[in-house]
Amino acid sequence: MATSAAARVPVAKTYKIYIGGKFPRTESGRYYALKDSTGNVIANICRSSRKDFRNAVVAARGAVAGWSAANAYLRGQILYRIAEMLEGRREQFVAEQMLQGVAKRGAQKDVDGAIDRLVYYAGWADKYQQIFSAVNPVASSHFNFSVLEPTGVVAIMAPESGGLLGLVSNIAPAIVGGNTCIVLASESQPLNAVSFAEVLHASDVPGGVVNLLTGHRSELATQFASHMDVNAVIFCDADEDTAREIQQQAAENIKRVIARTDVKWSKDAAASPYLIQDTQETKTTWHPIGG
Amino acid sequence: MDTQVNKLAFDSGWAYAPAPESTDHVTIDDEYGLFIGGKFVAPAEGGYFDTVNPATEETLSRVATATGEDIDLAVAAARKAYKGAWSKMRPAERGKYIFRIARILQERAREFAAIESLDGGKPIRESRDIDIPLAAAHFFYYAGWADKLEYAFPGRTPAPLGVAGQIIPWNFPLLMLAWKIAPALACGNTVVLKPAETTPLTALKFAEVVRDAGLPPGVVNIVTGAGDTGAAIVNHEDVDKIAFTGSTGVGRMIMKAVAGTGKHYTLELGGKAANIIFEDAALDEAVEGIVNGIFFNQGHVCCAGSRLLVQESVADDVIRKLRDRMETLIVGDPMDKNTDVGAINSKEQLGRIESYLKLGVEEGAQMYQSSCSVPTKGYWCRPTLFTGVSQSNRIVQEEIFGPVLAVQTFRTMEEGLSKANNTPYGLSGGIWTDKGAKIFKMTQGVRAGVIWANTFNKFDPTSPFGGYKESGVGREGGLHGLGAYLKLEA
Amino acid sequence: MSLAAVPASNALPDMSRVTRVDEVGVNERVARFQTRSIKTSSKVDALKMILSMIDLTTLEGQDTPGKVRQLCQKAMHLHDSMPGLPHVAAVCVYPTMVGVAKKALGNRGINVASVATAFPSGMSSRQIKLEETRMAVGEGADEIDMVISRGAFLQGEYGFVCDEIAAIKDACGDAHLKVILETGELGTLDRVRRASVLAMHAGADFIKTSTGKIQPAATLPVTYVMLQAIRDFHHETGRMIGMKPAGGISNSKLAVHYLVMLRETLGTAWMTPDWYRFGASSLANDVLMQLQKQATGRYQSADYFSKD
Repeated sequence: MATSAAARVPVAKTYKIYIGGKFPRTESGRYYALKDSTGNVIANICRSSRKDFRNAVVAARGAVAGWSAANAYLRGQILYRIAEMLEGRREQFVAEQMLQGVAKRGAQKDVDGAIDRLVYYAGWADKYQQIFSAVNPVASSHFNFSVLEPTGVVAIMAPESGGLLGLVSNIAPAIVGGNTCIVLASESQPLNAVSFAEVLHASDVPGGVVNLLTGHRSELATQFASHMDVNAVIFCDADEDTAREIQQQAAENIKRVIARTDVKWSKDAAASPYLIQDTQETKTTWHPIGG
Repeated sequence: MDTQVNKLAFDSGWAYAPAPESTDHVTIDDEYGLFIGGKFVAPAEGGYFDTVNPATEETLSRVATATGEDIDLAVAAARKAYKGAWSKMRPAERGKYIFRIARILQERAREFAAIESLDGGKPIRESRDIDIPLAAAHFFYYAGWADKLEYAFPGRTPAPLGVAGQIIPWNFPLLMLAWKIAPALACGNTVVLKPAETTPLTALKFAEVVRDAGLPPGVVNIVTGAGDTGAAIVNHEDVDKIAFTGSTGVGRMIMKAVAGTGKHYTLELGGKAANIIFEDAALDEAVEGIVNGIFFNQGHVCCAGSRLLVQESVADDVIRKLRDRMETLIVGDPMDKNTDVGAINSKEQLGRIESYLKLGVEEGAQMYQSSCSVPTKGYWCRPTLFTGVSQSNRIVQEEIFGPVLAVQTFRTMEEGLSKANNTPYGLSGGIWTDKGAKIFKMTQGVRAGVIWANTFNKFDPTSPFGGYKESGVGREGGLHGLGAYLKLEA
Repeated sequence: MSLAAVPASNALPDMSRVTRVDEVGVNERVARFQTRSIKTSSKVDALKMILSMIDLTTLEGQDTPGKVRQLCQKAMHLHDSMPGLPHVAAVCVYPTMVGVAKKALGNRGINVASVATAFPSGMSSRQIKLEETRMAVGEGADEIDMVISRGAFLQGEYGFVCDEIAAIKDACGDAHLKVILETGELGTLDRVRRASVLAMHAGADFIKTSTGKIQPAATLPVTYVMLQAIRDFHHETGRMIGMKPAGGISNSKLAVHYLVMLRETLGTAWMTPDWYRFGASSLANDVLMQLQKQATGRYQSADYFSKD
């Protein structure tokens, strides 16, 4: 395209992956071209390797101790901060979606929904524990209580066509409960996911709490399910064969397996504290009552 | 080995005469069929196997081997009952049936206790004071939930899953049956349950209770057999839910088998719990906790405190006290009311334990066993502890499932916590200290589903139980245990 | 935590280092002792052992020489129609009755124990306590049952309590000293454990739960904690200390469970009247009735056993 002398050349964005609070390119050097409906290349997207995934798990594991020990109020504040930062970049996210062929109205609704969902889960940070905990009236002279604790490292395969809202609806309940995660972005709509990582980076979310990969689901699904240092795997919209394969691989270290299929992420009903509970463990503690 | 100064003597003088539990109120049939659709029926292929008293090696009864055809019938009976009487019944009425079961178990408690000890080898004191009363209490607890489920899950409408296939282990036969059946029925499901092949008798006697309580036929079906029978349940197309308690190896196979089928599952698997003793603990009570942690039920306990982590400054004291205490444990006839440690459940399990004893010695650990004598017939293992072990030893890493304790020391709280968590398991843990702040730090830090602080091996129907990591998926007991048998609709 | 061996009998141990006690854990352990089923020959052996360990006691303001003489008769002749019975270990009286008891018992191998030190409250001066002790010993007492100053102990004046015990021990001469902790006034098992350690280090030959004048008197949990303290003291110093639960043990079944607890905590070396006593007034007859029942198969009536 010819440009006049006065016209400014726009700076194209490089879409990278997000591991341990840094934005590397995939170590494999591979990429896939994301094209618009007319076949023009929008961006070259990192085709993450299993080594990238391994590095992301290391980062996520390293972040568990600090993030799970952060108090609930702080985690709520940080989730709210993500919403604030996203609100400020609303137009960028809408524009990216439109590049990928989403109509403006739909894109706006999706981004607004994502912002609101972050606020929703921010509010749960210091409440879900009160909903799901229990003091258990045992028949002996002991005080006995059950509380939730994060399961640890969660591998998430985001919805393929859930938009930013679908992505946020899976990340937020995992991290608000003190887990860290590795997320595989939608293969066909990865732009918002990478930009969302940039928002996270600017939102006081400690490095390693959320790690974002782009790439081919077919290459990475097995890795997500089979890694022995991953505690839970959430997969959205997998076909039957993939779902079976994921659970079989997950069985090697008895991962928690959470399948989320055909969820209408735009509905209010798609958000609840039960999604937080999905990646929580119940711990029951006993102590004598005496002198 | 015995260099201890000022040693106490427990092996002479006044001793306890035998105090055998009477068995004149116990009836065990020569042969048991399968309990399907409210009746005992013969197995389709006609196979039977012996169930043996592990303390005497005598055969107690012959029990049917259920094969695929039998499982088809059992699941069909359960499905019919689920679609029919059980789901049409008002929840409060369903609860009343479960209350009835609890009451009958209480009435027949001595009989069940005796059979549990005869069939499984556990001391009659434990069957009588722990297994059977707790089993009855589980039914009593969950009975009351039947008509209150909507209060348990805010914002959700609970619904039963359908037919539950349940597979239970041999270490707490009736208690594990209660953990499985009570919440399943309270939530409106029907069940096909398989007891372990070495301990089928109390489950078959429980079938009599179900019949006497007047439950609609097919609500509870009891099928007996070994691994193949279990596999037939797991793989049955018309089962909605699998609940399994047993080894992590089998749990892994089940999780793979149900992959892609949409079957719900809960798994309660192995463990290698650390019992962590700090220098400021009430040491004598801690020693009791260690003993209860590893020698309760011959150490056939998934949440057993099989690793002792003791702070270096008190390690010698604790080990001396522990050895003295081990000398007072009475090992022998499970039917004697004074027996503390009974028979190992099976010849196979004894072989497994003995191979670990050999391995521990080969790995360079020092083995100490109580000096008690054991009977010549039957399967026995003296209470055993290993000192001089390290984290890399297999006897520290692997579940032995016997009365064998591996003792390690630590210096700081961080070291203790790090050693405790250095395992793929996460079922339980013990913390012993007199300092409140340290209790909370440690109980939060240990990655396990059940933490006993200044106590160990306590169980209650209201208290959720289940593991982190490779120790399982889901919880049994308490409000949280309901989640295993319901789907929650928005 | 272990205490270093203390050579001098009255050196004050560091009370803050005495191991803690968890009440619920103690109660659980005690409940286990009570599940022991003691039958047939081991029951008969236990009952006879209990008789031989009894300090037959009368500690009333209304005690007279006549009453004490009757008690001594009972001590010597528990139930003559039943052959093969042991005699009790001692009779336990107030200091003014020591002479009477000594004379009545003669040379029968039954000791005379005297309470002293302003029993039961201990609320008097050290000088008076020492004089009372010397007087009882002078009258022929073989054993002195002193009370500790609970007020001082509860105030944390461990040095005072320790010195007092050591001084009384000195005044006892050859008489054995039993130190009564009066556990019913100590409030917690932690204090019971600490008082036990203190008394043993100060020179006690026996430690004893109670005066019998305060409720609760002896209980299984309290006695268990004291036995644990004796066991650890023995490990550290090589010295055996005796144990005497007193008050509230009035039936055989309970007494048998005390023996079970003794056996499983300290072992068989302690199972003699030299190292274990029951302070009791009505236990003996219940034991006799049980022995008779074991012999005849018939349950017994109190009318057939002399009250004193």
